[in-house]
Amino acid sequence: MTTLYSLPEVHEDDAPPQRPRTPRRIRSFSSEDRFAAVGSVLASLALVYVGYLHIFYFSGLLGFLICWYVAFIVVYGTVVSVANPRPIVVERLVTSTLYLASAIVVLALASTVVYIFAKGWRALVHVNFFTHDMAGVSPTAPLTQGGILHAIVGTVIEVGIAVAVSIPLGIGTAVYMTEVRGRGSKLVRTVVESMTALPEILAGLFVYVVLIIEFGLSKTGLAVSAAMAVTMVPIIARAGEVALRVVPGGLREASSALGATHWKTVIRVVLPSAAAGLVTATILAIARGIGETAIPLICSGASSFMNYNPTQEPMNSLPLFIYTAYTTHESLAITRAFGAASVLMTMVLALFVTARFLVRDRGARR
Amino acid sequence: MTTTVDLAPPPAPSSDPRTPRRLSPGLQPSDRIFHGGATVIGMVVLALTGAIGLFLGFQSIPTLHYYGLHFFTETQWLPELNKIGIAAVLVGTVEVALVAMVVSFPLALMLALFITDYAPKRIKSWLISTVDLMAAVPSIIYGLWGFYLLQPHAINVARFLSQYVGWFPVFHVDTDPNAAVWQQSRYTSSAFIAGLAVAMMAIPLACAIMRGVFDQAPLGEREAAMALGGTRFGVARTVVLPFAKGGVIGGTMLALGRALGETAAVLIIISPAYDIKPRILEAGTQTTSALIAGNFGNATKSQLSALLTAGFVLFLITLAVNSFAAVFIRRSRSGAGTEI
Amino acid sequence: MKVSLDGAGLTGGAPRPDAGAGVRPVGPAPAGLDALGVCAWFGQTQVLDDVSLSVPPATVTALIGPSGCGKSTFLRILNRMHESTDGAQMAGEVFLNGEDIYGPGHRLTDVRKQIGMVFQKPNPFPSMSIADNVTAGLGLTNTKVSRSDRVDLIEECLTRAGLWSEVKDRLDRPGSALSGGQQQRLCIARSLAVRPKVLLMDEPCSALDPTSTRRIEDTIAELQDDVTIVIVTHNMQQATRVSQRAAFFLAEPGSLGGIVEQGDTVDLFEHPRDERTSDYVNGRFG
Repeated sequence: MTTLYSLPEVHEDDAPPQRPRTPRRIRSFSSEDRFAAVGSVLASLALVYVGYLHIFYFSGLLGFLICWYVAFIVVYGTVVSVANPRPIVVERLVTSTLYLASAIVVLALASTVVYIFAKGWRALVHVNFFTHDMAGVSPTAPLTQGGILHAIVGTVIEVGIAVAVSIPLGIGTAVYMTEVRGRGSKLVRTVVESMTALPEILAGLFVYVVLIIEFGLSKTGLAVSAAMAVTMVPIIARAGEVALRVVPGGLREASSALGATHWKTVIRVVLPSAAAGLVTATILAIARGIGETAIPLICSGASSFMNYNPTQEPMNSLPLFIYTAYTTHESLAITRAFGAASVLMTMVLALFVTARFLVRDRGARR
Repeated sequence: MTTTVDLAPPPAPSSDPRTPRRLSPGLQPSDRIFHGGATVIGMVVLALTGAIGLFLGFQSIPTLHYYGLHFFTETQWLPELNKIGIAAVLVGTVEVALVAMVVSFPLALMLALFITDYAPKRIKSWLISTVDLMAAVPSIIYGLWGFYLLQPHAINVARFLSQYVGWFPVFHVDTDPNAAVWQQSRYTSSAFIAGLAVAMMAIPLACAIMRGVFDQAPLGEREAAMALGGTRFGVARTVVLPFAKGGVIGGTMLALGRALGETAAVLIIISPAYDIKPRILEAGTQTTSALIAGNFGNATKSQLSALLTAGFVLFLITLAVNSFAAVFIRRSRSGAGTEI
Repeated sequence: MKVSLDGAGLTGGAPRPDAGAGVRPVGPAPAGLDALGVCAWFGQTQVLDDVSLSVPPATVTALIGPSGCGKSTFLRILNRMHESTDGAQMAGEVFLNGEDIYGPGHRLTDVRKQIGMVFQKPNPFPSMSIADNVTAGLGLTNTKVSRSDRVDLIEECLTRAGLWSEVKDRLDRPGSALSGGQQQRLCIARSLAVRPKVLLMDEPCSALDPTSTRRIEDTIAELQDDVTIVIVTHNMQQATRVSQRAAFFLAEPGSLGGIVEQGDTVDLFEHPRDERTSDYVNGRFG
């Protein structure tokens, strides 16, 4: 023993000569606290069950849950305040409210995803849903006829073109604003930042009025891509600028000090360091483009046939298909809409997982 | 041994040594191309995006000239009768956005605080992914969700509100809420339900900004509050929230900007109605984006110009909101930490 | 010597005077602190092994040793700040007045209120005035004081921290407008306002200039009758100037951090029993 003091007597029995070298479990939430929480949940449930449904004769699930929460706060607050000072009571109530708020958000998202797939399931089980278009198929036709291949292909083509245009423009602008810092960079930044505020529907209307009304072009996939690019470029440019700005200046100086040209520095040092951020920015923009409804609605028509050519004839896309199917108010069409929404959701999920994977991979390698 | 190098006399200074020497930037050809290329891209983007703003502005001139102030005071949109105005539409736009903000602000704030200060580590990273994913879900999907799944439940809440706080004009519905067989259709397709769906898009946006700012609250001050015996909420109240005030405002404004311009979800849920009314629970309203989406198809050139003008007004509003947001976020980022 | 238990017998969790009784110039009597077999981990890495230390009431104890030997970690275990770090774990017991502060009956917030802490970097709340900074702890622990008591408390705490004369005319200016040394004394005043029994100081002068350091050392000397102080310092002269007792921490290559030697400061510096202590206090390493 290294202590010079004798140990306090009271502890001598419970101080074995060789102390255990395993971390001690510190519980800030005792079993009593746990009991209080669970008990309050149940007590308030019982209270609301009786009061809400049997005394006041209210109805509705949402209202029930809201009243349950209010009852819970009252019961739990009372229980906790028996044995605890006020800051702890407040802390407990805040904590339970924060848990609840987070649960609400997660539940809302989960219910969205589950509901879309559950309602779309009847359409998704038919192979023809993925291999056919809707040419000559009426909205009321059974689900064994027709499909959304034309909308999937349309979405891929339209978003593909828009991304192919937006990435070089967006990242180029970001490089111009952060690396080249020309005289106009301040103006560019201001304008680009303002344009992120442009509602998508205005981008669509702009393209519609200029290309289709003024120049007499027809409604095509290319018009959709152009409008999408208008909304994507500012997103990529701004998020890209943020990603480039956080690259430490020391890295740039180190590269310059080795005699690298500015071009080499940007290509070899700055852009790779910011890759994770740039990828995230791009995927964010793609996800935004894929879900775009207003733009295809305005700039292209909801065609029912397959069209691989973005420069001629209207081109359908998933969101537009969903919207037009919804407006028919036919139950089979709406099932198809949910089926298309499931496919759209899957595409977004796939993109999202890819982004996570890429970013994590980057982070691990560095 | 003699050196083979001639030791030349030091060159005479070419000019007065006390003035700064001019250094040539000495760009190599490759860099010159690089700078030139980047500048061209920057200018192209500037021209393109700037053109849109200018285009919208110029397109608005004839409409505003023709209708004058009536454009802002007329509630109806009846091009056949030459009655065109955005008063009701603007009110509807703001109502939907405000409902979205009232719902999303507390949820986003609490979620952000939960993620940074309360959540156990495992839940934390999982929640961050969830919020990111939420931001990526297309708005039309939230529209379907809001219309088919949420609406049947939400009308009960709407009826409850109109029953008990219906005396307050905002929650009033023009029907008898206490009727034995209540008129459900009076409560559907309202600004309230559209706002709920739009809130789903506003939450992740606001939450991401707030979380970023909460995370930057200085550790030293957090620890100081903890060491004084503060609870986690005490730390949040004394350190995190005062530090992040700007970010909270900024994030909320950014979400508001998004909510104002939202189209697809609103288009699915609302049924168009062109009257100025504070009754958000009642069926029928109209927003600027939905107006454009619903009327561009069979519009004549002058009607298109009117739609563009409505869009331009919307753009000016979102632009103002976003600029405010940017100022607040920037200010909070500059940080008021205690540096010595 | 049951030093710490004597302290326990004297104060034994005596409640603070009620607000109505007026603010006593001095809070509850200082308490002793006993750490027993403390180990600490960050994730899987163990940084402290079986550290035991007795801190008698109303004394200043200095923890000295080279960087990275776990002094600060140990100090943060003493008021349960350690567990606020992600992945941090501990083992062993810490007794305040004979009661384990990690025991099930102890609230984290109560422990931290009784065992205050002053950090290496001054950290006043920038959004608050000087006066509000002093009373910040009252709001955090929901301690109610009347308006006049609050004024008295602010004056008393700032006086004890040696800052009153410098700031009495600008109490409503923001705390962050003060100089570094003043900020640190403001932080001490803030800690004193919640009436801690023990005050932990984690290299409180390392970010300060010599004059400010001197002022803080004076403050420590004046405080020690009212509150038990544990101070981590890199500066051995400072340890000899301010402390009566000292503990020498060391983490040798291949072994974990721990106390090599502890005892009266004078003994430790003048007659170290361990060769490593002697090497360190005589400046041969570290």
